[in-house]
Amino acid sequence: MTDLVNLHISDALDLLNKKEISSVELTKAHLVEMEKGRVLNAYITETPERALADAEASDKRRANGEKLGALDGIPIANKDLYCTKGIRTTAASKILSKFIPPYESTVTQKLKEAGTVMLGKVNTDQFAMGGSTATSYFGVTKNPWGLDLVPGGSSGGSAAAVAAGLCMGATGSDTGGSIRQPASFCGITGIKPTYGRCSRYGIVAFASSLDQAGPMARSVKDCALMLREMAGPDQFDSTVAELPVPDYTLALTGDIRGKKIGIPKEYRPNGLNPEVAKIWDKGIQLLKDAGAEVIDISLPHTKYALPVYYIVACAEASSNLSRYDGVRYTTRVEGKTLDEMYENTRTDGFGPEVIRRILLGTFVLSAGFYDAYYTRAQRVRRLIYNDFVEAFKQVDAIVVPAAPTPALSYEAFKNMSPVDTYLGDVFTTPASLAGVPSLSLPIGLSDGGLPIGLQIIGKHFDENTVFQIGDVLEKSAGFDLNPHRVKG
Amino acid sequence: MSFNEQTIKTIANLARLKFPQEDEAKFAKDINGILDWVEQLKEVNVDGVEPLVSVSPRENAVRADVVTDGSLQTELMANAPESVQGFYEVPRMVE
Repeated sequence: MTDLVNLHISDALDLLNKKEISSVELTKAHLVEMEKGRVLNAYITETPERALADAEASDKRRANGEKLGALDGIPIANKDLYCTKGIRTTAASKILSKFIPPYESTVTQKLKEAGTVMLGKVNTDQFAMGGSTATSYFGVTKNPWGLDLVPGGSSGGSAAAVAAGLCMGATGSDTGGSIRQPASFCGITGIKPTYGRCSRYGIVAFASSLDQAGPMARSVKDCALMLREMAGPDQFDSTVAELPVPDYTLALTGDIRGKKIGIPKEYRPNGLNPEVAKIWDKGIQLLKDAGAEVIDISLPHTKYALPVYYIVACAEASSNLSRYDGVRYTTRVEGKTLDEMYENTRTDGFGPEVIRRILLGTFVLSAGFYDAYYTRAQRVRRLIYNDFVEAFKQVDAIVVPAAPTPALSYEAFKNMSPVDTYLGDVFTTPASLAGVPSLSLPIGLSDGGLPIGLQIIGKHFDENTVFQIGDVLEKSAGFDLNPHRVKG
Repeated sequence: MSFNEQTIKTIANLARLKFPQEDEAKFAKDINGILDWVEQLKEVNVDGVEPLVSVSPRENAVRADVVTDGSLQTELMANAPESVQGFYEVPRMVE
């Protein structure tokens, strides 16, 4: 019998359409796997009843010859940052631990309309702030490649669930690398699309000028299939581009001859992890072998991306998170005055990393410091943006590592200073600040047997080229996608 | 920049957060570490560079002036910790 929890979405759709399997069978296989995989702590909330109802409805549509969605019958998981109507949405925080949204996020609504089956809500760093899931109020998620390892973050629950076969694909969100770094840590594929490609409506806001939704799955094609359903204009988010969303799978031609690929020297600092460097060199060779033209380029302001990111993201977060005040969102810690109630609720409801970022953000926006920190960061952000615009006059895409190391152990992570943990985003924040699309996919293993991924960064709204190159790299790298399957 | 004990009190108050003294000291140390690290941005010449506020390709979006709030009052109020007759309830502000 086919190993149903190991299939790609594209293959499962074939089997469903040929009626060789049913969505209920596929869904049940995943529910069993989720139970076996509970040791990973990938899910915050499992929704088996909803999943089976979705699956039965899908099978019925197929049996009756009704119109089908593009992902009809495919079981997926949603990052617990996406509001799901009637289903608890926590942002992995204490302050929202009882919040039941009365409405659905645009992206999860679109995926519902595409016929997907929702298995549950997966773990993340608290308010998506972190690179490990260690800041989650619901505990750290374990990496299926090694239970002492973090899965990366913030979309670490999504990445671990996809890698371990606890769902076929998952939504993630990426503010400074939160899709791309966990994809690399867990040996899966994920794309942060162009800023303005997907609606942010109903996604718990972290940093609104950077937050972007994206899919995570076990192949480039699966990400292409999912993104097409997730993207597109939305009356509830005025930052979404009013552009048609192409069928990204048509871009997977297998032919990248003559494509110009930029390799920026700034991503190879002294002291770059040799295993990461080796995988990067392997990727470059594979691109050359496929007939692409590899060109050395420069993105001169790269080293400033990380500090710019932390100023801009924390400033926006301090503003976005001011709404959690004990009045509207289920949790309140009483106080004698209104201000005391605010203080008690917020200090109790936010974890230390969230508090650090609110404090930093409040500081850089405060009178006397605004220009020196916030405005200066926004100015340098423009220089980083301009670097990409210049580079893309010369090349079709840029290929760089996704993360500076393979997955780290939880022990190592716990003992790092805040700044040291921020360094994990060094290769992902530049594309976030510029708003350009970037795909992360696994290329090979470290000497210790852990996956290492590369990013393919494209021009604004040119996800097609990113997918096209990613597909060729995926096939030529021949990465074995299975971690040691968790046995319960 | 030194993010000292007075700064942490001021900033925490602006953010409506309040900690015991040992936490204040710890957060102040963390924030100082981050601020030392972002100092490097001072090396960059930003003369004449416009701040980049948004990378969205859309300038502005307008829609017809009609109510589209979803009429969700009851559903929204279900998440209120305290409410009275469809209003949020908070500690008394005016004696």
